[in-house]
Amino acid sequence: MSTEVQAPAKKKESLFSKKNKALLSDPLNDNNPITVQVLGICSALAITVQLEQAIMMSLSVLFVMIGGNVIVSLLRKVIPDRIRIIVQLVIVASLVIIVDETLQAVQPDVSEKLSVFVGLIITNCIIMGRLEAFALGNKPGPSVFDAIGNAMGYAWILLAVAVIREVFGSGAISLPGMGQVKFIPEAWYATNGGWYMDNNLMILPPMALIVVGIIIWVQRSKNTKLVEEN
Amino acid sequence: MQELLSTFVKAIFSENMIFAYFLGMCSYLAVSKTVKTANGLGLAVIFVLGITVPLNYLLENYILAEGALAWAGEEYAHLDLSYLSFIMFIAVIASMVQLVEMIVEKFAPALYGALGIFLPLIAVNCSILGGALFMQERQYPSILDATVFGLGSGLGWWIAIVAIAAIREKIRYSNVPPALRGLGITFIITGLMGIGFMSFMGIEYGGDEKTEETATIETTTNQDHAQVTSETE
Repeated sequence: MSTEVQAPAKKKESLFSKKNKALLSDPLNDNNPITVQVLGICSALAITVQLEQAIMMSLSVLFVMIGGNVIVSLLRKVIPDRIRIIVQLVIVASLVIIVDETLQAVQPDVSEKLSVFVGLIITNCIIMGRLEAFALGNKPGPSVFDAIGNAMGYAWILLAVAVIREVFGSGAISLPGMGQVKFIPEAWYATNGGWYMDNNLMILPPMALIVVGIIIWVQRSKNTKLVEEN
Repeated sequence: MQELLSTFVKAIFSENMIFAYFLGMCSYLAVSKTVKTANGLGLAVIFVLGITVPLNYLLENYILAEGALAWAGEEYAHLDLSYLSFIMFIAVIASMVQLVEMIVEKFAPALYGALGIFLPLIAVNCSILGGALFMQERQYPSILDATVFGLGSGLGWWIAIVAIAAIREKIRYSNVPPALRGLGITFIITGLMGIGFMSFMGIEYGGDEKTEETATIETTTNQDHAQVTSETE
């Protein structure tokens, strides 16, 4: 745990100091929660069938992460070490209940498609992982940045996979509030005498795994630091 | 009896926790480097799922669901405590995992050392909470159904992790492109295994003559053949 003693005078760290900027930008590439830290995979794969679901999930995770990081960081000196996992779970579970009820009220159809995966945000490894790794040992300010950074890193992978799967798998894009909007003209479809056919493989769950595998491939080719030694 | 068998087989194969729903992927990817650790974790998951799903079933049906508290008195019959499900389920799971940890430490210390941090991490394994939430969503009629579902899901998870660990041990000697080594190739292989497991969707489970059974993958509505729904009665 950090002590507040510093010599001589304490300089207030500016809001956009280098450290804070690193907290925001590292998880986007070098320390990406999904492709590098290997956290939060479960939900990333299951709800990327439609862009709408991916967006709502990213927003929910963002809210829970910021809330969780702030609360745990504020309480970090009071939580006894032995029961810290249970305390974290209770905090995260309460936040997720709030998210779940809000989602059911505001966007009931998306909430129904997400079904159990909203509840599973509780066990989303990213949230618990960042609580353990960061919020328990740092002040609330940096914890917020860490939460935002990791949530963004998680979100961009989710959105990338969702866009690929929905565009190729359904020939449409769906946005919250708008529902699914097909942008391939009906006349082009083979069933209507045309030539185009949706790639139905993209809608199946295993494709999400393969798409993420390819994203990892591209990321590691460009960022050779991340390549694993055998 | 046939219903139970159908639930059991479905939970292992066509609605496999890993390949159909991607629950428990984090520990699945992290612990599958050797078959020995994978086996140990898989068995622990079977045990935890087989116990927590029935326990949560009791919790759900006698305390949480709407009207469930009627046995305590007439004045409680209208209460709907289902918004507390997340917290209560997690509490049950965390305590059970603590128990499993103590048992493993006492009776298999070598396994305890090998699993390290991943044993307590079963508490936050999505598949355990996922099992409880699926049980709640599908509203199984009896505790026997819930137990069979829990054991089946655990078994399916065990099969998945042991299979991927075996494959990963073998491909260590293959020529995988550097950028795909480790995590990337595991993702792709898991995807291919998932496609393979989808072949189980065609099994007819028997039971009702009226309804045609095809397995469920929760997908969006797309008029094309991508959506398959199961109608179990």
